[in-house]
Amino acid sequence: MAGHNHHHEESFISKYVFSQDHKMISKQFLLTAIVMGVVAVMLSIFFRLQLGWPGESFSILETFLGKWAPDGVLDRNAYLALVTIHGTIMVFFVLTGGLSGTFSNLLIPLQIGARDMASGFLNMLSYWFFLVSSVIMIFSLFVEGGAASGGWTVYPPLSALPQAMPGSGTGMTLWLISMVLFVASSLLGGLNYIVTIINLRTKGMKMTRLPLTIWAFLVTAILGVLSFPVLVSAVVLLLMDRSMGTAFYLSDIHIGGEALDVTGGSPILYQHLFWFLGHPEVYIVLLPALGISSEIISTNSRKPIFGYRAMIGSILAIGFLSFIVWGHHMFVTGMNPFIGSVFVFTTLLIAIPSAVKAFNYITTLWKGNIKFTPAMLFSVGLVSTFVTGGLTGIILADSALDVNVHDTYFVVAHFHIVMGMSAIFGMLAGVYHWYPKMYGRLMSTKLGYAHFWITLVCGYGVFFPMHFVGLAGAPRRYYDYSSFEFLDFVADFNPIISVFAIVGGIGQLFFLFNFFYSIFRGQKSDANPWKSNTLEWTTPVERIHGNWPNELPVVHRWAYDYSNPAYDEDFVPQIVPLKAGEEEH
Amino acid sequence: MAGDATKTISKETLWGGGQSPFSVSYGKMMMWYFLVSDALTFGGLLTAYGFVRHGAEVPWPVGEQAFEALPFLHGHFPLVYVALMTFILIVSSVTMVLAVEAGHRNNKKGVVKWLGLTIIGGFFFVGSQAWEWSHFIHGSGGAFQLATAVTVTDAEGGVHTLNAGDRVFMDAEFGHLMEEYVEGNPDIILDGTTINSVGAHAHEATLDYLTLNKYVIGRTAIEGAEMAKLWNARSDQFVFGANLQVSEYAEHQDYAGFFFFITGFHGFHVFSGVVINIIVFTMVVRGVFERRGHYEMVEKIGLYWHFVDLVWVFVFTFFYLV
Repeated sequence: MAGHNHHHEESFISKYVFSQDHKMISKQFLLTAIVMGVVAVMLSIFFRLQLGWPGESFSILETFLGKWAPDGVLDRNAYLALVTIHGTIMVFFVLTGGLSGTFSNLLIPLQIGARDMASGFLNMLSYWFFLVSSVIMIFSLFVEGGAASGGWTVYPPLSALPQAMPGSGTGMTLWLISMVLFVASSLLGGLNYIVTIINLRTKGMKMTRLPLTIWAFLVTAILGVLSFPVLVSAVVLLLMDRSMGTAFYLSDIHIGGEALDVTGGSPILYQHLFWFLGHPEVYIVLLPALGISSEIISTNSRKPIFGYRAMIGSILAIGFLSFIVWGHHMFVTGMNPFIGSVFVFTTLLIAIPSAVKAFNYITTLWKGNIKFTPAMLFSVGLVSTFVTGGLTGIILADSALDVNVHDTYFVVAHFHIVMGMSAIFGMLAGVYHWYPKMYGRLMSTKLGYAHFWITLVCGYGVFFPMHFVGLAGAPRRYYDYSSFEFLDFVADFNPIISVFAIVGGIGQLFFLFNFFYSIFRGQKSDANPWKSNTLEWTTPVERIHGNWPNELPVVHRWAYDYSNPAYDEDFVPQIVPLKAGEEEH
Repeated sequence: MAGDATKTISKETLWGGGQSPFSVSYGKMMMWYFLVSDALTFGGLLTAYGFVRHGAEVPWPVGEQAFEALPFLHGHFPLVYVALMTFILIVSSVTMVLAVEAGHRNNKKGVVKWLGLTIIGGFFFVGSQAWEWSHFIHGSGGAFQLATAVTVTDAEGGVHTLNAGDRVFMDAEFGHLMEEYVEGNPDIILDGTTINSVGAHAHEATLDYLTLNKYVIGRTAIEGAEMAKLWNARSDQFVFGANLQVSEYAEHQDYAGFFFFITGFHGFHVFSGVVINIIVFTMVVRGVFERRGHYEMVEKIGLYWHFVDLVWVFVFTFFYLV
């Protein structure tokens, strides 16, 4: 519990392994997420090799995948496993656990002026559940039959029948177990984030003075606490179908002409339960990135964020709407067209708060005194991908249009840009920006620039062509497109996409090198390297348990007093009292 | 203190930082949010149940007809036992309130007494659910499927046409011996409509009537020669009681599946609650909270206990009442 400033000697184990300090837990999350991210990127390069040059032999595939790539040609079932685990890791382990776990943990206590999370112990448990669940997910790649292969959404019947395909056996069971542990981690983390933000704000830190990062983390945590339990229900029922012979999701299934002895269930039921989580999950991934970029864009434009209250309002609106749009993932399930039209309406409504955010970013940048740090570049990159991907979202929200491109590469392009690239850009921006707070040193700016441009160009290079591939009718998740005449044109696109994917993947080495090199050799940072207003920059560079050596800081103003004409400096930290006669924003 | 109740604290002060806006500790607030989250888990499960039941193409069992047994007694007592279970669980919520109230007054004896009674109530409920499950698994006589189409007339002259594969239900006494006979017990001898159990537990049962629609509206007894027509048209497909694959209650596999899963998931919650209550009870007895100066832990487990009771009201409604 916060409130006391402990200065006792800690052993290696309690400081680095079973740490209850939010700053250390945040680093543990980040490092785990980086490892998971490297795995997921490698998996995507493996299957992009197959897609780009179908049937060609690559010795690197055999080196890494062994029997799953005999003679260097990727096995069909292994391809599906790679796609599935790539999606699972990216969505859950990198962009949910990694993103929220890292930045909610690091920034919530520091930016609201608390000594630590409400419960350090539960926070530690949250990380350990996350780690165990990550390990199980990776482990599932190595079991007999391979990892889960039914796509990251693990729809039944492929996921419900162990005999459906090789990956539906042990791999699928491990996937489900890993996911239950993941949800436990997310729940413990989320409870902590919410309660800490509500209860432990320092004196003067009104809700309307909170940095937008904290608002985003708060709404993200609420979404997680409300939606993940429904995934647990879905997953546990699926486990029952797999191992106990129930038929919650199964009915009238024939395998090899033989009818299975299961009746009455509904695979559509799973889709409803899954997407009730699945859609909020999109915003669980995206909102922290949006919060982080709000903070970075305002700081590096040296301007107050435009429309602070509108930003809060749109975060809340997005959070609320995300619970009533899940049906747009299911337009082709035979859904009643009237219900479909309701989901079209609610989905299109999301465009409003999203547009508010996009315009507010642009108006914050407008005529700003912009500092092009790597963090800033990634944040501006996020605005770009958020708009590009958001526009295709409007197309997909409309059921009449969606049924034509459902499950094609158009969808792949849409969500990789709006959710994948945006969220990963937000996460990378956050790493560059708060790296000094984590390690007391700065990352190299030059390497950061190289990393940004490679990532941006390659990201668009991979996903932009996919729009056309999808519009022309190429379905996603196919192992080989060369066996269909009408998809022959894909052979022109796929090698290009794969080259961009490989270059973009290798380009991440700039980041990895920069990250690990700077821990030891980076330029030492001063207490407030970006001349930022928020409270985390009032703590000493030398990290201490309890964050502030003496009294907790008292807050007198909002977080975005940049270039206030009443002051000489172009930033006014939140701890500076208002001048006589000065009005708050 | 008396004055504070009427004092208005401005929203500005409450949410201005430096204090908890709701004046609750972090632990209690976490419990609230956890319960909201858990409510969504049950919400997901109950919605799934509603979804499948709504889309079912075969009749769904009616609670009053599926649950009408009492321990140690024969006869029909629709929903009596589950009503008793529910009543005890709700009473245990009342005793939990009294335990929390005694905690507010730092009255250790009071907490021990009321928390103790809550634990007893919880045990009764978990035990009852075990009995309820065992009865459900065991069944009330079982059913057989017809091998051929049959038309029979009931005592009031109503004519019923049944198709091959339709289910006809036996009464409990005859059915339980029949179950052993079907399972191949050599001590059971079937002779027409009389079934004998020889050996140490000699016992005889006669088939007096067969029932149509035993678990859905319109239950009809068929007797005498009409009954014999049904009996002679039986196939070798029998079903006794319930498991996750088949049940005598419904042709729909998911009826029993959801019953076991949701009541089981709830029962697991009650069981965990009882275990947690016992742990806190021993802490109370050892004087942990007396030394701490407050009994907030009792409040927290109280929240959980009320939540579990509240969830039961929904589970009870969806599985027994509607």
